[in-house]
Amino acid sequence: MLRVESLQVRYGAIAAVKGVDIAVRRGELVAVLGANGAGKSSTLLAIAGALKVASGRIFLEGEDVASLTPERIVRKGIAMVPETRNVFADLTVTENLRLGAFIHRHDKRRTSAAIDEVMALFTVLGERADQAAGTLSGGEQQQLVIARALVSDPKILLLDEPSLGLAPTIVAKIFGLIEKLRERGMTILLVEQNAAQALKCADRAYVFSLGEVAASGSASEIASNTDLEAIYLGK
Amino acid sequence: MLGTIIQFVIDVLSLGSLYALMALGLVIVYGILKMVNFAYGELIMVAGYSLYLLNGSPLPWLVMAVIAIVMAILTGMLTELVAFRPVREKSVTAVLITSFAFSTLLQNAALLFISPRARTVPLPDIFTRTVEIAGVIIPLRNLLTIVCAVVLLAVFALILKRTMLGIALRAAASQFTMARMLGVPANLIISVAFAISGLFAGIVAMFWLGRIGSVVPGIGLEPLLVAFIATVIGGMRSLVGAVVGGFLLALIDVSLNYLLPQNLLQFRDAFTFTMVIVLLVLRPEGLVRGPATGQRT
Repeated sequence: MLRVESLQVRYGAIAAVKGVDIAVRRGELVAVLGANGAGKSSTLLAIAGALKVASGRIFLEGEDVASLTPERIVRKGIAMVPETRNVFADLTVTENLRLGAFIHRHDKRRTSAAIDEVMALFTVLGERADQAAGTLSGGEQQQLVIARALVSDPKILLLDEPSLGLAPTIVAKIFGLIEKLRERGMTILLVEQNAAQALKCADRAYVFSLGEVAASGSASEIASNTDLEAIYLGK
Repeated sequence: MLGTIIQFVIDVLSLGSLYALMALGLVIVYGILKMVNFAYGELIMVAGYSLYLLNGSPLPWLVMAVIAIVMAILTGMLTELVAFRPVREKSVTAVLITSFAFSTLLQNAALLFISPRARTVPLPDIFTRTVEIAGVIIPLRNLLTIVCAVVLLAVFALILKRTMLGIALRAAASQFTMARMLGVPANLIISVAFAISGLFAGIVAMFWLGRIGSVVPGIGLEPLLVAFIATVIGGMRSLVGAVVGGFLLALIDVSLNYLLPQNLLQFRDAFTFTMVIVLLVLRPEGLVRGPATGQRT
């Protein structure tokens, strides 16, 4: 479904991503692992259109989307949950979700159904529907941004470090939700520093190092490779 | 005594309403782009000259006013297209320069093609009428300013709260890139913000001209300065702050008008700015906090 070829991303003179090739098949959960600064988040941001692609191609179902703006990429079916839990703090939970369904705003029934569905999946959001998003706890905000990405009915969900800054119990809950989405057939590209958790739910994984893919394989292969563990996963 | 109080309150409310609308027109763009539109004052000038050029036409004044306001809206959108869109992703300095340049262009166009001298604008009879409240003679124009501002602010607040456009504007003001990643079209939202800014400028122009009676190329300078100061003291990224700042600035201005002895009235602005400086020293971020976690576009 998603194929990235020779992707390069730069921050000025600094090459953050230096020719990365990854692929995600329909219904798969693919993890992207690696240390800080490895280029994982930059890759996701480039796929979502939030970062300019210096060179390379990004194919979604065969269509090259590398040069599209972020607002056009989400219409193609790529929804991203960024690393920093970018809730719109002064908007209510419901307003955040309505914004998530912005591309379907003319279809009120579809928007309403999508919001009801995510509120059923993330029950705490229903309880906090009229609360300002900035007043939610970290875990609740993480659930909100995932729900907000889901209401756009994406073909593929990009998750950037969903466990960042969360307590272990909340991390377990978030990964439980990710597993549930996977079981429902959602295609997911997951960037995580919590490699152990990510490999437990992933089908395949890529390991990034210094802007390049250092290794790839099934989740079990990556998990059992002690060389990779030591060098790239900080163990 | 009661008469003075009534006069004072009406003066503060009417001037405050005008200042609040001026400030809102400026902050609606700043809130989203984090950039000041220095051509904002020229939107008021364009509305003024539109009214002047329509003078003598058989159109009712209200229709002339609507046309003048539409001209301000279109000029606002043109400002975005010419001075902001080509350079907004390059640097803040570039935008400052282009918006100053566009402002100068518009002023010089008025100088060249109309006149450097003041030109009288047509005003409705209602602006010259007065009403008596508890023995105090109040220009009807002042009451109209208050009513118009209240209605406009209420409609604007409703749009921001209840419509998808309003939610998108508030989201874009908070985190522009994230809003785009949800499908909010960047250029459209920014154009809408400039159009709303033009609408406020156009309406301000009608009441501002009602006080002055004529238009000159530099007519927009004072409203721009007022808008800027009101925005800064209210909180640069807060719509509520802009309104609060506008009324506070009016309160300071009118109070000084009432309290200063005759020989010091000419220094009223100095006193006003001194109080603004004191306010900012005590509360540099302004009176009202802006949207949380805002970021540059």
